[in-house]
Amino acid sequence: MSIVDKPLTAAPSQAETAPAAPVRRGTDQPKERGVISASDRRRPVVRTWFTAIQTILLIGLIISGLGPLLWAAKASVSTSNAIVSDPMGIWFTPNEWGNLLLAWNGAKIGSSLVNTVILAVGSTLSTLIVSVAAAYLLSVLRPKWGPILSGAILATLFLPGVISFVPLYLTILDMPLLHISLQDTFWAVWLPAGASAFNVVVLKRFFDSIPREYMEAAKIDGAGPMRILTMIVLPLSRPILGVIMLLSVVGSWKEFLWPMLVLSNPDLQPVSVMLPKLAAGNSPLSVQMAAVFLSILVPVVLFAIFQKQFLRGVGSAGGIKG
Amino acid sequence: MSESLDAAPVAPARRRRRPRANLGRWAKGGGLHAVLFAIPVVLVYLYFSWGPVVQGLAFSFQKTNLIRPAEWVGWSNFEYVLSDPGLVQASLNTAYFALLALVFGFPIPIILAVLITELRKYDTLYNALAYLPAVVPPVAAILLWKFFYDPDTTGLFNSVLGWFGLGPYPWLNDASSAMPSIVIYATWAGAGSTAIIYIAALSTVRTELYEAAEIDGAGIWRRIWHITLPQLRNVIFVMMLLQLIGTFQIFTEPFLFTGGGPNNATQTILLKIYNYAFVNGDFGAATALSVLLALALGLLSAFYYFVTRRWSSA
Repeated sequence: MSIVDKPLTAAPSQAETAPAAPVRRGTDQPKERGVISASDRRRPVVRTWFTAIQTILLIGLIISGLGPLLWAAKASVSTSNAIVSDPMGIWFTPNEWGNLLLAWNGAKIGSSLVNTVILAVGSTLSTLIVSVAAAYLLSVLRPKWGPILSGAILATLFLPGVISFVPLYLTILDMPLLHISLQDTFWAVWLPAGASAFNVVVLKRFFDSIPREYMEAAKIDGAGPMRILTMIVLPLSRPILGVIMLLSVVGSWKEFLWPMLVLSNPDLQPVSVMLPKLAAGNSPLSVQMAAVFLSILVPVVLFAIFQKQFLRGVGSAGGIKG
Repeated sequence: MSESLDAAPVAPARRRRRPRANLGRWAKGGGLHAVLFAIPVVLVYLYFSWGPVVQGLAFSFQKTNLIRPAEWVGWSNFEYVLSDPGLVQASLNTAYFALLALVFGFPIPIILAVLITELRKYDTLYNALAYLPAVVPPVAAILLWKFFYDPDTTGLFNSVLGWFGLGPYPWLNDASSAMPSIVIYATWAGAGSTAIIYIAALSTVRTELYEAAEIDGAGIWRRIWHITLPQLRNVIFVMMLLQLIGTFQIFTEPFLFTGGGPNNATQTILLKIYNYAFVNGDFGAATALSVLLALALGLLSAFYYFVTRRWSSA
């Protein structure tokens, strides 16, 4: 009897606490004590030191984190002459709003930003579709051959990316069996983005923590696997899906080498590929800086809005790596 | 990791279903749906993950120029790559980068994380500021930093250091300071996201331990040294290995900052692979070097795993 009882009582309680853990990690409630205790904090020596360190840290973080971005923002509306002759003095020069327009139209940053958006959205969709399918298969459907697939997906986590880099490029040039070339199509970036073993692991962990009772109940009511996925699993996984989406959009925004290799047509190239070409050409420095600023803007604004999700996502990613 | 993921539910199901396996029952029991879900997954991984790994191994023993069919050439790609006079320099540079990144880049996120965890107010602001560089696209950040590193006295870093009577420094233009300059950038770009992972790990440290140590009279520094760091030990080991694997595959930074110069001082193994494949068109040599690097990283990971496992259990 005890053998039968155990899993029944253990499973729901574990399932209820597990999904909350990676998402709600200590920002809402008052913190527990850390290294320094409350009585330590009342000691004048500790308080002085702690305030000093705290202030220095804040100043350091503002200079290193915000500084380069603010400088880029100001440089994007300064003259080339001012930027070159006195880079720290540009704060006090008048604004040249025309730079941004020159970069947007003349340097084609506008159209390459559109390409970047298309690549980011497509890569994110492909990551989501493939990872959700894999995680649902391994966590809920659990076919007999699931462990083989799971092992094969996990194995790719441990292989360094360098080994498949050149063959992947050759695969894009000539897809085995199909014999079509994806070179100079967005598919060349979208499809490989789908093979993200890390996201499969993250999603599978989350799906595992959803109470099985919900799915059993839906099954009794006649819902098929597809309906259970769209009506129960996906709505319950919204927080983790949001985190994966955000990290994937920013990750794809940062991509450089792969889009440079597979997209040789300048009309398809994202802004990360355009920028170095712009810098190597003879466009004025002010326009280059305006282009840099425009390409930084979107991910930084995304981060400013969804800060909490980003930081939680990166933090819980560490839990899985560790 | 894989054992805990899927070992449990499989065994009983197989035992029950084995005697009467028939196709109709299999389809009705969800077998067909499982196959439908598996098709996109298997196709994407086959084409873009598993396939290229196997192909990579095959290509390293072949000669191919994309026009004529590939021919098997045995170990000659490996012989060619290993006899390349630039390989030693590239390996040393890569190791030098990894070492510098470890010495400078590794402690900073840990210190940052411990400090931020102790904050009682505004810790999200500190978090956000620390993480900010991680969302900036590397290409844009590198262009910006390349300008900051201007070796003239009017360069941004040089003029700021000039206020304190330092410099001017040649930064990227000198063979001896080019690699450290790239490491400074890489630390700036990577420290924040690593710190966030440590902060998450720190939130799981058991606070009773601090309580007990305090009662025993341990000061703040001794609590950090004897409790915080040992509790983080496993995360630190994993992050160190991940950082090593990452730094041995460094490409974008030297490619955009210096292109391998000055005087090959920032030529790395991945730059060599890129040059073999996309400048010389010698895909065989490129994959051979990739396989060698992957092999070295695999050996490093295995060695690292066995060494740190002994330390973690001790």
